[in-house]
Amino acid sequence: MLRYTARRLAAAFFVAFGVTVATFLLLHLAPGDPARVVLGERASPQALAALRHQWGLDSSLGSQFTRYLDGLAHGNLGTSFINKTSTSSLIRDRIGVSAALVALATVFAVIITVPLASFAAVRKDRAADHIVRALSVAGIGFPAFWFGIVLIEVFALRVHAFPVGGWGSSTETHLRSLVLPALTAAFAIVPILVRSLRVGMIEVFNADFVATLRSKGLGERRVLAHVMRNALIPTLTLLGINVAYLIGSTVVIERVFDLNGLGSLLLTAISQRDFPVVQSVTLVLAIGVVIVNFLTDVIAAELDPRIRLE
Amino acid sequence: MTSVDVTAAIDAAPVPTPTFWRRAQASRSLMIGVTIVGLIVLAAILAPVISPYSPDQQDLYHILGGISSKHLLGTDDLGRDELSRLIYGARTDILVGVLAIVFPFCFGTMMGTIAGYYGGRIDSVIMRVVDVVIAFPFYVLVIALVFVVGPGIRGIFVAFAVADWVVYARAIRSATLVVRESNYVAAAQAGGLSDARILRRHVLPNTIAQAIVYAMSDIVLVIVAVVTLGYLGLGVQPPTADWGSMISAGQDYLTTNWMLSTLPGIAVVITGLGLSLIGDGLADVLRPE
Amino acid sequence: MSAVAVDTVLSVRDVTVSVLRGDVRYTAVDAVSFDVPAGRALGLVGESGSGKSLTLRALMSLLPPAARLEAGSVHLAGDELPRGVKQVRRALRGRMAMIFQDPLSALDPVQAVGNQIAEVPRRVHGRSRRQSWERAVELLRLVGIPDAPRRAHAYPHELSGGMRQRVVIAIALATEPSVLLCDEPTTALDVTVQAQVLELLDDLRSRLQLAIVFVSHDLAVIRQLCEDVCVMYTGRLVETGRTIEVLERPLHPYTLGLLDAIIDLDDPVGAPQPIPGALPELERLPGGCTFHPRCFLATEECTTTVPELSPARGAAPDRASACIHRDRLISP
Repeated sequence: MLRYTARRLAAAFFVAFGVTVATFLLLHLAPGDPARVVLGERASPQALAALRHQWGLDSSLGSQFTRYLDGLAHGNLGTSFINKTSTSSLIRDRIGVSAALVALATVFAVIITVPLASFAAVRKDRAADHIVRALSVAGIGFPAFWFGIVLIEVFALRVHAFPVGGWGSSTETHLRSLVLPALTAAFAIVPILVRSLRVGMIEVFNADFVATLRSKGLGERRVLAHVMRNALIPTLTLLGINVAYLIGSTVVIERVFDLNGLGSLLLTAISQRDFPVVQSVTLVLAIGVVIVNFLTDVIAAELDPRIRLE
Repeated sequence: MTSVDVTAAIDAAPVPTPTFWRRAQASRSLMIGVTIVGLIVLAAILAPVISPYSPDQQDLYHILGGISSKHLLGTDDLGRDELSRLIYGARTDILVGVLAIVFPFCFGTMMGTIAGYYGGRIDSVIMRVVDVVIAFPFYVLVIALVFVVGPGIRGIFVAFAVADWVVYARAIRSATLVVRESNYVAAAQAGGLSDARILRRHVLPNTIAQAIVYAMSDIVLVIVAVVTLGYLGLGVQPPTADWGSMISAGQDYLTTNWMLSTLPGIAVVITGLGLSLIGDGLADVLRPE
Repeated sequence: MSAVAVDTVLSVRDVTVSVLRGDVRYTAVDAVSFDVPAGRALGLVGESGSGKSLTLRALMSLLPPAARLEAGSVHLAGDELPRGVKQVRRALRGRMAMIFQDPLSALDPVQAVGNQIAEVPRRVHGRSRRQSWERAVELLRLVGIPDAPRRAHAYPHELSGGMRQRVVIAIALATEPSVLLCDEPTTALDVTVQAQVLELLDDLRSRLQLAIVFVSHDLAVIRQLCEDVCVMYTGRLVETGRTIEVLERPLHPYTLGLLDAIIDLDDPVGAPQPIPGALPELERLPGGCTFHPRCFLATEECTTTVPELSPARGAAPDRASACIHRDRLISP
């Protein structure tokens, strides 16, 4: 188990480094001049050159990258071109919102998926199963942001249960303003998770060892628990991938609900050509994905010892 | 049997049997899905014929009108007919969606086949690249790429070309690994057939089915992404009708004209439903019994 | 075979199972009856598709979704088993257990084997966790697994095929049954391991006075373990009796065919003769005696009447055959 974890950790580091390089290359290949964005169209060439020199944009790509890595090592994520504040403080201010959104969305997703999938699997081919399957198929085509707008329409504007957007000022309002966005995000991934878990459970139900479990004289509920444990594992991996997708979709959802998280920071920074911010936020989000994937791998290996052999 | 006979025997490519079409017809999901998508595609193709107005025709005296005899589904904030925009939106979004996956499909399949068939260092390198790309949250990557290239259709194509090929690569690689160990591939290799020939006639026909099934659900995701980009203002640019930008424009009028934002979304859902049904149906039909 | 002997533990009467193919139900097991006394092993032999596995699963109420028990009654030590699935399972606890063909898929891949055995005393008999574990180790020793306390922590994929099958047997024994149903448990094992498992089963049979029903397509295996045998073809019993007698003086052409189809070590020169034709599909069963298209004794009558399993003249009461031409098989 330890060896497996170590291997996964090494792979995660490698991917993280690859992500850093990729982000850097991506941005520096971008057309458009950040100096011009800041100084405006009428700026003189000398002013533009001076600003570019100040930002270090005129040195070679290699040295810029080395400088960036050096900064990373010291916890310095650079300074925003636009705001002149440190990127790390910008990120620190907003990471809480995004993290809370992702966490709550994951919780919602699990709470909805597990009972729904078992319900359908146990009543396979009956009316309830068909309904769940139809909803799953339909749900995949739902644009999450549109669903969010519908939720706003119904629950915030018609029934004033939740705020239309924004973050609120106290913990209570924080949570309330997270409910609709988290639900929106959860619904984006629930259909695919339900499909996977349902199929997994049905397959396991037909497996021979279920016959053994039943012939042991165990009650049906215990049999279900064992089936669930086996069926959960492939879906767990899928959950990891989907949480990663979730992290990305916060960009869109924060726009719909007017939340002040990393996603909206990214959108703004991109439109302003704010290199350091875009670079660092992308990096942070991607590292988040790497961490989530690493955790799901390790948990899955803990649950299913056969994985450790890979 | 001479060696020529053996080669010829081994060389016989798998042909879709007549039962494929019969099974296809028997699959209810497939039939319903094809019907839905077929109708939508038909409407999109016939857009100039069936839409009552041009989608760009503004009528500033009749903005934000509700349902009326002149405008079946109302008008938007620039007086443009909502129904016509919906139909033309289908045209744009579906066309862009389908075209956007062509490159990922081909490139991903090629990479996955090479990685799976040759294994070793090539496989490691390709899979490492795949891992790095997958680590980027999808929307983050797509949005970043759209800005690298610039918004609009070109940006969309480039973004998906880079972000989307990886899932095909992974799926095809797994399928190829399985096929590589099979007896008929071993026989073909022993028979001295060239790699290219083996790949073309023995490996690909058996792995491509998985890619096709996956492509169906991928199209749904891509269309949703195209619509999402439109919502963010990064996708298809105005004044071209696009469901995403229609939803975005309508969000300001939720209390008065909720249809402006809701109808395009429903259109996306129905399209997605049809495509998913096709994907499910195909998966059932292509699954080896 | 209607009278039931005093020490009969398992009594099966007219069990009929149907299977759904497409939209039609076909009979896969047709009025099968047999008795098994305590401490005896009964073999159920036939080709794949003869319905022998379905028969066992019907007894345990473990039929696959497409199959259904249409008729029949099962008595355990005199008590009739109820019909509903839930009631049967409750009634079977601790009385009848089953072991399966592929031990790897019969075991939960994510649980240690010790836990899988211990779950029975813990959940079904209400013992404490420690007691259950000790019982599990004890059972592992009983089935001949060396170094039992350590092996109990292993996962199924870490054990060899033979050991896995022993674990499956241990699980079955944990319910303290009086009847053990075996669905081809040795088919997936190497020959040498096969012999060990059969020896174990034989040992348990006599030590615990277990009634065993052993399903297999392999006559050699049946001969090793079972004193009595029933031969099945297309869901019907075609011959029954003491194994030695059935194998040496078969009273049904199908049994004869099975014997001719295997290599006889006593007569290595004689070539094995496969039975002509092939096992008919469920949807296309021949009329009359279902074996007639492949039978060298078949006459006009065989195509029209379905022969009943009837006792042989002048032999033990459980010696029976379903062939109307059986006399022609008795060598003078």
